[in-house]
Amino acid sequence: MNNTVKLHYIVDGEDFTRAGEASADVKKNLRKLGVPPDVIRKVAIALYEGEINMVIHANGGVIDVEVSPECISMALKDQGKGIEDVEKAMQEGYSTAPDEVRSLGFGAGMGLPNMKKYTDSMKIESTVGVGTNVYMTVSIS
Amino acid sequence: METQKFFHSVTLDRDKCKGCINCIKRCPTEAIRVRNGKAKIIKERCIDCGECIRVCPHHAKKAIYDPLEVLTHFKYKIALPAPALYGQFNNLEDVDIVLNALIEMGFDEVYEVAKAAELVSDATRKILRENKLPKPIISSACPAVTRLIRVRFPTLIDNILPLNAPVELAARLAKEEAVKKTGLPPEEIGAIFISPCPAKVTAAKMSLGTEKSEISAVLAISEVYPQLVKLMKNGPELKSYAQAGKIGVSWATSTGEASALLTDNYLAADGIENVIRVLEDLEDEKFGNLDFIELNACNGGCVGGVLTVENPYIARTKLKRLRKYLPVSLNHINRIPEEMKWDCDLEYSPILKLDEDFKTAMVKMNEMEEIEASLPGLDCGSCGAPSCKALAEDVVRGFASIDDCIFRFRENVASLVDNIQKLQGAFPAAYRKKKEEEENP
Ligand SMILES: Nc1ncnc2c1ncn2[C@@H]1O[C@H](COP(=O)(O)OP(=O)(O)OP(=O)(O)O)[C@@H](O)[C@H]1O
Ligand code: SF4
Ligand SMILES: [Mg+2]
Repeated sequence: MNNTVKLHYIVDGEDFTRAGEASADVKKNLRKLGVPPDVIRKVAIALYEGEINMVIHANGGVIDVEVSPECISMALKDQGKGIEDVEKAMQEGYSTAPDEVRSLGFGAGMGLPNMKKYTDSMKIESTVGVGTNVYMTVSIS
Repeated sequence: METQKFFHSVTLDRDKCKGCINCIKRCPTEAIRVRNGKAKIIKERCIDCGECIRVCPHHAKKAIYDPLEVLTHFKYKIALPAPALYGQFNNLEDVDIVLNALIEMGFDEVYEVAKAAELVSDATRKILRENKLPKPIISSACPAVTRLIRVRFPTLIDNILPLNAPVELAARLAKEEAVKKTGLPPEEIGAIFISPCPAKVTAAKMSLGTEKSEISAVLAISEVYPQLVKLMKNGPELKSYAQAGKIGVSWATSTGEASALLTDNYLAADGIENVIRVLEDLEDEKFGNLDFIELNACNGGCVGGVLTVENPYIARTKLKRLRKYLPVSLNHINRIPEEMKWDCDLEYSPILKLDEDFKTAMVKMNEMEEIEASLPGLDCGSCGAPSCKALAEDVVRGFASIDDCIFRFRENVASLVDNIQKLQGAFPAAYRKKKEEEENP
């Protein structure tokens, strides 16, 4: 039963200032586990992008992280507006972020491409009007 | 456990310590616990930032440095004043007034750290232009920050500017010159730093990035200050020792080092909590396209060091006035001298790990989670740890017991009392059996 470590977070969609708390806490825990620094960095960057997307585009959601001796799996689930064309959303520079979010420095359309770049696998399930699930893994080697 | 491997300037005065929880709550690396009524600093975690010295109401935290008598240990004594020293005095018009007073105090020579700082600034500009190091480059001047990065932000180690801090360079250059000038052997020449903080004392005794520091001894600005005030005077007989311009003097305050790089593309943060926030964000690549990051553990920069006497913001204003009439910079280099470069790598020291073995660490983390859930979550500090979470961690590391939590202990006592009461009404097992037989023959 103690073969994995599970971490669970609820991401508040209303509060911009708190966005990033989940990824910061995951980072702290991974340091305590002695996960190699470059793996921690990849997880932190990918998870932060996903967390911010949940806040900006989906009004919050939940994050589950599972650490096993082999890899770190992340599941981000929201009940937001969903992504119409996932393939398009994955392209660098594609963004539907509104202007007020852009003025905060987001909306470059680099989030999803970065999540792909920093993880070993990534899968998006999304239904318009229902929500989005993003699954990512980073292997520890 | 605590061997000679660690020297720390920040230490505890056991007699003065009341075992309150002020310091454990404020330590940015959670390096302090209260044990048996006294604070205890976990040496592996302490970065000598001096926060605990600032917050202790009983003045039980102190910095260790050399006494003034250390001057008598050397034949030839060179003062290395930190630029922050110049911000301590009222109405100072001329740096030479301070430098002449240092000679009066018994030094044979002064070598301004501000002068070496200008050389480091010039070298940093060259490194930025060469563009071979990963960006942003993080300043290595504040040893508290460098130590923090080493234990907590390993992925940023390669971004640290691999140059000795100005004071180390000053000690090397001053000693070299003095050997030539006096013909004395290097051990008889004392390069004596006048420091704003304990972190720099520690860096001189247990160096970072270099095998051995050339700084011979370290005095505190706060101890030298009263001596100097007595000896300072202006007049035509004043000798000219000052050799640094605006850039060198500006290193005393936050943004001083960064603005000397002649680029706007920098970030400067001061105060240890702010520094930690910036490092976290930097590690997650939350800001790109920066050339340089200047980080100072103290509010306001080195003028805020715990061994200074003046309020850091007043010191900043005083320095601004003093700087006004100085030339921009007086010291330049053609190429980066060897004395300036680090001669050993900075290594990650992963003190935060729960266990060497990954699987064991996972088991411990799950245990920690369970323990934390059983604690009241008040973060009251009565157990001697800064938070319930920290106590849970101490328990799985084997440093503390769950009964250190007074609330948990009370629960245990309550259930014990409960059990005693039950016991009172119960029959011993042997008798109980006999009774059963009587009832059901
Ligand atoms: N959880 C989500 N729910 C709904 N739409 C999403 C979600 N995540 C991403 N999207 C859509 O995909 C687009 C691209 O996302 P991506 O993270 O790459 O860029 P961005 O968030 O717009 O900008 P950046 O991440 O660079 O600040 C978004 O603009 C948005 O339309
Ligand atoms: S900011 Fe300056 S005074 Fe403060 S700890 Fe760092 S080096 Fe010392
Ligand atoms: Mg995004």
